[in-house]
Amino acid sequence: MIDPVIASRLQFALTTIVHIIFPVMSMGLAPFLVYFTWREIRSDDPVYEQLRRFWTKIFAVSFVVGTVTGIVLEFEFGTNFAAFSTVTGELFGGPLATEGMMAFMLEATFLGVFVFGREKVSDALYMVSAVAVGLGTWLSAVWILVANSWMQTPRGFEMVTKNGQSIVSLVDPIAAYANPRFPWMFVHMQNAAVLSVALFMAGIAAYHVFRHYHWEYPVQNVAFWEKTLKIAIVVLVLTAPFQVLHGDAYARHVADTQPQKFAAMEAVWETESYVPEYIIAVPTNLEDLTDPRAKELLGVGIPGGASWLVSGGDPTATITGLNEFETEAPPVAIVFWSFRLMVGLGFWFIVLAFWAAYRWWRGELREDDLLHKSLMVSSLLGILAVEVGWIVTEVGRQPWVVQGVMKTADGVSPGLSGFDATVTLVGFAVVYLGLLTLYGYVVARIIRAGPPTMAESEQMTLDDATASAAGDD
Amino acid sequence: MTLQTYGLADGPLFGLPLPEMWFALVFFILGTFLFLDGFDFGVGAIFATREDEDEREQLLSAIGPFWDGNEVWLVVFGGALFAAFPAVYANLFSRNYLLMFAILGALIMRGLAPEMYEQRHDESWQRWWGRAFVAGSVLAPFFLGVFAANWFLGATTLVSLASIVVGVAVVALTVVSGAAFLGLKTRGSLRDETVRYGPPALVAYLGLVVVAVGYLLLTRPAMRADLLAAPSLGLVGLSVVLGVAYVVTMRREQYVPALAAAAGLTYGLVTLVATLLYPFADPGSGLTVSTAIVSTLPLNLMSIASALLLPLVFSYFVVLYSTFRGPVESGESYAGE
Ligand code: HDD
Ligand code: HEM
Ligand code: HEM
Repeated sequence: MIDPVIASRLQFALTTIVHIIFPVMSMGLAPFLVYFTWREIRSDDPVYEQLRRFWTKIFAVSFVVGTVTGIVLEFEFGTNFAAFSTVTGELFGGPLATEGMMAFMLEATFLGVFVFGREKVSDALYMVSAVAVGLGTWLSAVWILVANSWMQTPRGFEMVTKNGQSIVSLVDPIAAYANPRFPWMFVHMQNAAVLSVALFMAGIAAYHVFRHYHWEYPVQNVAFWEKTLKIAIVVLVLTAPFQVLHGDAYARHVADTQPQKFAAMEAVWETESYVPEYIIAVPTNLEDLTDPRAKELLGVGIPGGASWLVSGGDPTATITGLNEFETEAPPVAIVFWSFRLMVGLGFWFIVLAFWAAYRWWRGELREDDLLHKSLMVSSLLGILAVEVGWIVTEVGRQPWVVQGVMKTADGVSPGLSGFDATVTLVGFAVVYLGLLTLYGYVVARIIRAGPPTMAESEQMTLDDATASAAGDD
Repeated sequence: MTLQTYGLADGPLFGLPLPEMWFALVFFILGTFLFLDGFDFGVGAIFATREDEDEREQLLSAIGPFWDGNEVWLVVFGGALFAAFPAVYANLFSRNYLLMFAILGALIMRGLAPEMYEQRHDESWQRWWGRAFVAGSVLAPFFLGVFAANWFLGATTLVSLASIVVGVAVVALTVVSGAAFLGLKTRGSLRDETVRYGPPALVAYLGLVVVAVGYLLLTRPAMRADLLAAPSLGLVGLSVVLGVAYVVTMRREQYVPALAAAAGLTYGLVTLVATLLYPFADPGSGLTVSTAIVSTLPLNLMSIASALLLPLVFSYFVVLYSTFRGPVESGESYAGE
């Protein structure tokens, strides 16, 4: 049997890593759906109704899977991290309860109207429901990130003794909930979600355009896919550079508030100044891969880059090495490589965005096959970047569950047996593998079926056109 | 650290008995979940009796727009328990470890099944997702009932005869609600055939409650006084009255009052559990309402937040239920298109 602490951590990691995929889809799709609904109501172009209907299907499936996997997470705080929940409940429970009442209720009720109610409600109420659903998804992020950011930069509390146990007591709600990490996280996360969905859209749209013009394998509705591609490119151009610029500033904030995490992100063991930033690091042997040490890596480094990053412009600044901290270091390899991957992907997305924009501007969007292929292989890379970003955040915080306040090992339920923990871990591994397969299968089917043909509305527009043409005679 | 509590740490808002109010609120939320998602579960159980393709579609569309919103009450129940009584939340959930995951597994099946059912229209696919839908809809309330019984009894084992009885009773109660709900949402022969399951389920439910109460009287001498006191007897009496009202209104095809009676039965059950528990919040760990409650400041904050948000939440449900009032049409599908 696996040790209950390890099993609980693995299980939490697995269940959140799976869960986050679906919120990313729904939070990222939300602004698109609001826009499509608005244009559907306001313009005559039937493509917006197609866009709205097609992407709503994907939204609905993602939402359902997001719901069922989200409830699991909420319960896990109690089942696997009972000590953590008891100790931090005063601070941590509030945001979760508020999230339920403020965000999930809004989202889940209006989703009913949004998915099932197009013919039943007025345009105005339909628009309201689109906005309510979108707002609901974003408010979920607000409250869950309030809770998580507090675990990174805990403020506004003191330790008191209750029922013979030392627990966290809330003393300053504004300091606690508007903690310094929150705005960074929220902006980075939400932009990441929109960026990821834009990549997804661009990827599948590029596939259809490519198929139609390159393989000359006629795709119904190719106009729909071209429209999707163009909308996605606009959004990519807006979000991809922003994500990187923002991430750069964000890293500085992490260095200030969680220096040990930052040292792990850069694999700096000895305190040093003038530390280079390895943009590309190449492991030359297994050791480098499993135990990276910045000094020994072969790579392309910007001299003084990491120092520059940490200080906001001084390439000679000092970085405190991992050996300096009293607590053991987090698993450096995971943090270091995940961070490299996220940053590398961030730059790749910028390349893609401007490449595509350039082709479009030159009027060659249909011709560039390499661009199409690149977009296709990148369609899921946004989600990958989100995953590794979260791994940096959460694994980098180890051994703490609440930075400087509580160790992860002390947070696990005291009565939990290795047997029970192993059973559920294995259960989740199996069930979630099935869940992901199923989700992938269903989304692929929706994509293959393509957008609904708007025979009716097109017919209507045609009739209108003939009628008015007739009137002109 | 400077203390900034904005005057909210000095005492409970308006001197209200907030710990007791939160105890009541937590059970109110649980009851709301058991009623609202209860009729979805009940529809899921009744789904098992339908063979006809079109009828099955109608049952799925009857709950289509609602079940997700209804299920959020469970999320809010977890959140409210966590926010107000974190130690109870932690103790209860970790003590019932495997059971909690059984509930989650059932909810996953129930949630996915209708969505999957609609994705393909070949027979074996729909047969399997139909089964998953039924299994999830029956197992979720069953495990929830077992969980509630364990909570109430301070049980140290995951399942016992008593908790199984309660689990089955809760399943029966969901069928009671589900049948009344289908009275409103279907028509014709489908309605006539589905509402029939309501009254027998009601009899089963009341019978099982009597068995459970009898069991408690026999095995828990300490509880006898409470059980025979006015509040509990009153609640049991009320359940019988509501049960009669339910049968009568179902016969007369007055499904709104019938559904209301089912709601009354559900809230009656959670009220009975809550009154018997009090002053304990979790007998299994010896925590009482006053020892488990969070401190004044977070409690006041949560009270303000709920006072502002819950009325809004009710208004969303009004919009949702009034948009989709009336029976679903034959041929209408879950996907809504
Ligand atoms: C599309 C996804 C994506 C992309 C391209 C990037 N990030 Fe990111 N990053 C995330 C998605 C993300 C995330 C998954 O959303 C995280 C996890 C927690 C959070 O707030 O955002 C994250 C976390 C995260 C953290 C950890 C913060 C913490 O511990 O709380 C840092 C320092 C950065 N990012 C910095 C960057 C830099 C310098 C990037 C590019 C040059 C970059 N990110 C691109
Ligand atoms: C959805 C995005 C998230 C992902 C992918 C993620 C990932 C992870 C991973 C990989 C771990 C294991 C770390 C380790 O043990 O080495 C972990 C632990 C944990 N995370 Fe997250 N996390 C996410 C969001 C959150 C949020 C929003 C919260 C709080 C509200 C949270 C709370 C925790 C807790 C309590 C643990 C267990 C203790 C620990 O191991 O640190 N996580 N998460
Ligand atoms: C580890 C901590 C987390 C917990 C405990 C958690 C909890 C939940 C719960 C209970 C639900 C279901 C709500 C419903 O019934 O509608 C849910 C869904 C959702 N969660 Fe999470 N969540 C976590 C991480 C995150 C993160 C990091 C984000 C985004 C920043 C997020 C965003 C959402 C969204 C938008 C939904 C709505 C469903 C969907 O769109 O897929 N969650 N979550």
